[in-house]
Amino acid sequence: MGFKNYILVCGGTGCESSRSDQIYHALIDEAAAQGVADQVQVIKTGCFGFCEQGPIVKILPEDSFYVQVKPEDAKELIAEHVVKGREVTRLLYNKAPHKAYEEVEDIQFYQKQQRIVLRNCGSIDPENIDEYIAAGGYRALEKVLFEMTPDDVINEMKTAGLRGRGGAGFPTWMKWNFTKQETNPVKYVVCNADEGDPGAYMDRSTLEGDPHSVLEAMTICGHTVGAHQGFIYIRAEYPLAIHRLEVAMKQAREYGLLGKDILGSGFDYDIEIRLGAGAFVCGEETALLQSIEGHRGMPQPRPPFPASKGLWGKPTVINNVETWANVPEIIAKGGAWFASIGTPDSHGTKVFALTGKICNSGLVEVPMGTTLREIVFDIGGGIAHGKKFKAVQTGGPSGGVITEENLDTPIDFGGLQKIGSMMGSGGMIVMDEDDCIVDVAKFYLNFTVDESCGKCAPCRIGGKSLCNLLEKITQGKGEAKDIEQIEQIAHAMKIGSLCALGQTAPNPVLSSLHYFPKEYEAHIQDKKCPSGKCKKLISYEINPDKCIGCTACSRKCPVGAISGEVKKPHKINGNVCIKCGVCKDTCKFSAIEIH
Amino acid sequence: MAKLSLSDLRAIREREEKNLRKRNIHGRSIHVVVAMGTSGINAGAKLTLNTIADEVEKAGLENVIVTQAGSAAPLPEPVVEVYSPDKGLVAYGSVGVAEAKRIVSEHLVGGKVVEELKVELEN
Repeated sequence: MGFKNYILVCGGTGCESSRSDQIYHALIDEAAAQGVADQVQVIKTGCFGFCEQGPIVKILPEDSFYVQVKPEDAKELIAEHVVKGREVTRLLYNKAPHKAYEEVEDIQFYQKQQRIVLRNCGSIDPENIDEYIAAGGYRALEKVLFEMTPDDVINEMKTAGLRGRGGAGFPTWMKWNFTKQETNPVKYVVCNADEGDPGAYMDRSTLEGDPHSVLEAMTICGHTVGAHQGFIYIRAEYPLAIHRLEVAMKQAREYGLLGKDILGSGFDYDIEIRLGAGAFVCGEETALLQSIEGHRGMPQPRPPFPASKGLWGKPTVINNVETWANVPEIIAKGGAWFASIGTPDSHGTKVFALTGKICNSGLVEVPMGTTLREIVFDIGGGIAHGKKFKAVQTGGPSGGVITEENLDTPIDFGGLQKIGSMMGSGGMIVMDEDDCIVDVAKFYLNFTVDESCGKCAPCRIGGKSLCNLLEKITQGKGEAKDIEQIEQIAHAMKIGSLCALGQTAPNPVLSSLHYFPKEYEAHIQDKKCPSGKCKKLISYEINPDKCIGCTACSRKCPVGAISGEVKKPHKINGNVCIKCGVCKDTCKFSAIEIH
Repeated sequence: MAKLSLSDLRAIREREEKNLRKRNIHGRSIHVVVAMGTSGINAGAKLTLNTIADEVEKAGLENVIVTQAGSAAPLPEPVVEVYSPDKGLVAYGSVGVAEAKRIVSEHLVGGKVVEELKVELEN
C-alpha cells in the first residue's frame, strides 16, 4: 500500500528498436537498487503513437511525458522522479515541469485525436490479459454470448455502420450477414494482418499494443455467423506482433476465453496464426485465403466472394485488424454511440501512420471528417525543417496525392475518393518541396510492379510499361506523346486487372499527373526537374560570387570533379560529376546550386 | 489455470479495475501534491505521502489524485498542497501522519479547509 508510481514504457516496435526493452529492465533494476521497488510498477505497454519522440516513458500519476529516453537515464528517473518527486526536466517533452491540475493533455500531438482502436495502446500491458479485462475487455463477448442473439449483433453492427478499414470500406455488417445466412455447417473467420503499404504500421501497432481486442472481436464474429475456427494471417516480418498474439492466445485459452465451451456458454471457438512471407498481394483477400490454404498467393476472380465461398470453399468472414479492433467497443458501447462519431458517410475513427517530411511522425487516430490540414499541421506539427508543403500520399501505392487546395477536405471514404485518392489502409506520406512528383509516382509504381503476382496481363505488362515510361521521363528522354500513352495504359489496367493491386496501381501516376501537370511538362519539354531530384536532369554548379575558394568541396568530391585555386572560385566539371550532392552538403557558403 | 465462468471473469474485472483506475488520472478534479525534496523527505514527507495515498484509497475518493513534487522550502515541511476547483490552491505546512489524516477527512471528504494547518504560499 502507500503511494505508488506507475511507469509506462512504450513496447512498440519503433521504441523497442531504440532500446526501450533495455529501459524497461533498467528501470526495474534501478528501482530495486535504490530500494523503491515496492513504490513503483513498471509496465511495458503498446505504442503511444508519438513515434517521432520515442522511446517514450510516461510516469503516473504525475503524467510526466518523457521522450527520447535512453537506458542510461533510468537511474536518474528513479532517483529524481520516484524517490524525490522531481520531474527530470531535460527529458520532459515540454521541458518544463507541470502540475497535473494544470490541463495535462496539452501536447498538441494528442489534442485532436480520439482513440477507439488504439484505446488500450500505451495504457495497458498487452502481455497481461488481466489488464485487458480490467480495461473492459471481454465485456462485449459476455454480452454476445449471454445477452444478445446473433441477429442482435448484426443489427448493432448495422446501426454502427462500421466500414472495412483495410481500404475498400465495405460495410462490415453486410459481410457478416452474408456469411451468417450461408447454410454450410463449416465457416471460418479470418483476420487480415498482412499490412503492406509502404510506411504503414497501424495494424502492427494495434496487434502489439492490444492483441486481445482482435481475438475478442473474432470470437464475437464467430459466434454471430456460426464459425468455430478463426485464422490470423500475419506477415512473418512482424515478430513482435506475432509474439504478443501468441502470448494473448495462450492466456485466453488458459482462461477459457478461447477453446471449448467459452465461459460455460457451450460455444467452441479457437484461433490459429498463419504466417505470410510478406508478399504485398497477399493483403488482397482472395490471394490471402489461397496463401492460408498453402497455395501460391494469387488473387481469384470474384464472385464468388469469400463470404459465401472462401477458405477451402467455405463461407468466410475476412476483416482487417483495425476493423476487428473496433468491434468490441461497438458491442460494449452500442452501435448508436459509434455512429455518432465521424461523418454521415463514414462513422467512427481512422488510424493513420503519419510519415515522411513531417515534424511529428507517428500513429494518429482521428474521428472521420477531420481535415488533412488538421492532421498534417496541427497533429503532425507541419513540415520538417521549415520546408514548404507539397502533397500527401494517402492509400499507399493504390492511392493518390492530395495537394494544398484539397487540404481542407474532410477525410472519409467518399471525400477522399472525390479528390482522386482513397482511404486505403491508412498510410499517409507527406512530401515537401524537395520531392519530385514524377519520382514519387515512379517509386510507387516500382513497388506495385515488384509486388504484382503476374497472373493477369494488364497488371503484369501494363505496370512494367508504365514504369518504363516514367523512367524515360525522369531520364530526360520523355516525349509529348508519353503522357497520352500513360493514360491509355492506366485505363486498361484499371478495367482489365483481376484484383485491386492492378486496378489501383496507376492511381499515383494519374493523380500526380492531374495535380502536377506542369511538373511532368518540365521533365518532358524543358528537360528539367524543378525539385532537383532527377539526376539526369540536373547539374551542380558553383556560384562564383558566393564561392570563397575554401577547397572544402574539392577535398570531399569522391570523383575529383571540382578544381580551382585556393581562395578563388572553384568549378565543377560536369562530365566527371556523378551528382552525388556531397559538395552541396559540404559547402558552408551555399555557393553550390542545382540547375 | 482453471477455465473461467462468467462470474469468475467479472470478479477478475472488478479486482483488476481498481488497480487500473489508479493509473487513470484524467478527469479528477482534486489534486494533492506532497513536496518531496530532500528537506521534505528528511522531515517525514514520505510517511505523509503514503498516509494520504492510503487514506484517499480507504475513503474511496475517485476524483482525487495524489502526486509528489520537488521541495517546497522555505515553507515548514512536510508541505502538502491541495487544489480543488471550489477552494483553489491551499497549502498546508508541518503535515505529519495525524495532520495528513485530518486533511483527507476534513478537506478532501468534508470540503472544508483545515485553517489551523494552512500556510501562506509564496508570491
